[in-house]
Amino acid sequence: MTKELFVQGNEACAHGAIKAGCRFFGGYPITPSTEIAEDLAILLPKHGGSFVQMEDEISAIGAVIGASWSGMKAMTSTSGPGFSLMQENIGYAQITETPLVIVDVQRGSPSTGQPTMAAQGDMMQMRWGSHGDYEPIAISPSSVQEFFDFTVEAFNLSEKYRVPVIIAADEIIGHMREKIIIPHEVEITPRKMPKETPEDFLPFKPTKNHIPEYIPAFGEGYNVHVTGLTHDERGYPDASSPKAHSKLVTRLCDKILKNREKIVATETKFCDDADIIIASYGAPIRSVSAAVSLARDEGLKVGYIKINTPWPFPEKQLEEIAEIANDIVVVEMNLGQMVHEVERIAKDNAKVHFIPKIGGNLHKPEEILSKIKEIKKI
Amino acid sequence: MRKEIRIAGFGGQGVILAGIIIGKAASLFDGINAVQTQSYGPEARGGASRTEIVISDEEIQYPKVQNPDILVAMSHEALMKYMGDLKDEGILIIDPDMIDETEIADFVKQHKIKLFRAKATQTAQNDIGLRIVANIVMIGAITNITKVVSYDAVKEAILDSVPPGTEDKNIKAFEAGYAMDG
Repeated sequence: MTKELFVQGNEACAHGAIKAGCRFFGGYPITPSTEIAEDLAILLPKHGGSFVQMEDEISAIGAVIGASWSGMKAMTSTSGPGFSLMQENIGYAQITETPLVIVDVQRGSPSTGQPTMAAQGDMMQMRWGSHGDYEPIAISPSSVQEFFDFTVEAFNLSEKYRVPVIIAADEIIGHMREKIIIPHEVEITPRKMPKETPEDFLPFKPTKNHIPEYIPAFGEGYNVHVTGLTHDERGYPDASSPKAHSKLVTRLCDKILKNREKIVATETKFCDDADIIIASYGAPIRSVSAAVSLARDEGLKVGYIKINTPWPFPEKQLEEIAEIANDIVVVEMNLGQMVHEVERIAKDNAKVHFIPKIGGNLHKPEEILSKIKEIKKI
Repeated sequence: MRKEIRIAGFGGQGVILAGIIIGKAASLFDGINAVQTQSYGPEARGGASRTEIVISDEEIQYPKVQNPDILVAMSHEALMKYMGDLKDEGILIIDPDMIDETEIADFVKQHKIKLFRAKATQTAQNDIGLRIVANIVMIGAITNITKVVSYDAVKEAILDSVPPGTEDKNIKAFEAGYAMDG
């Protein structure tokens, strides 16, 4: 049965996790993400799952990695300070190709910053926070319904590509209440068990599109060696061979980069005839869409692109935007992070402008409109 | 038509729940759109607490309140803190027993504010015998005065939101508020 609820974004996330098949949460409560943990502490036991409050975020993600290898769909939720603590183990999840979901409900930062205020200051930490070369997936909701939908999608992407997927949320989307529709059934990517016998099975051998699709759970009879060291297709360490390292890490990146078009998601509105296009993601989209409505009311040719997957960056989609528009305006709640990606892609095809915002509040639609007018010299 | 509502009081009066109930009534039972947000942090306990609801029959883009069409004040401190950006000719609903009206007379006159008085706390105490349902009495008054949500939808939303076993008292409180002439 379809269900309608009027809930906070964080509650919607918890419902999405349950619907996606998540049966393990390991975490440490932190504002403004705490309601996700609170709700899953209630919901998981009712669905045969487990909730563990860990002593900190380092152990939280450790527990989630372990749960995933025991066959569970697993997640954690946090905010900036906790996300920083998780970085080493995020790299471990990357090299061990462990499917899991991390929700980062971003708040004012750095450090303890503004626990109850919104920001998008962790976007580059999502990209580069752990050490070494790797390609993350991050998806960013801009409504309570999307927080539900994207949580389901995050689990599916993590299973499909065998990577940690980060939900780049923020305090505004986490805490505001809107109606959500929970469908009776959602599309779920199931964990694939190997078909070969334990003797013949290679757990880290790519079987399709650079991805090793089959993951035996611990205890199923497969001798799986899981290590953060550079390893061969059996999973055994091979840490001093330049060839083995290059092969493994290149493949880890390729499984995202060469599947980029299947992963990325963007939405455009009013772009066809636009000479100014606004690029944004997450909560600020709400201000951007309002500003574009105001601009169109005044007859100004303005459109916007909503980036649902900041990582991997939707390069082709932004190239197209730069072809159409003379000017691109990037709107984000930080002092400049994703704007650098837009500049990298736009090159000389469009002039890139930026409206920064820190302090915790959303951009006001009027602020964006006045930037549009400044560009148009009105 | 977009309507911006702000309800403010002191922590513990249940203003946040009042906001959730109105948002729920609009979005789940009246079939229009609503976004509810609230104050967090130290101000949510003891001091001035507030919730904001945007209601519209169109898609709600910007989710925050900029200039409320309707301000509801259940404490004097909250009224003084949040009154400033009420729209000209906007609706102000106060609980008169909690407010020193001499301090707002000039503002009301200057901005042509439509002032309504709803004795929510006194009604909750005397008629229902429960001071804590003052927020639900106030919801009744808001429903009657502003018509932004329907009587039936609010009743459904209250039943969907209050703890089991307290439905009768809460519905009685809502009806007492709805019956006030403001």
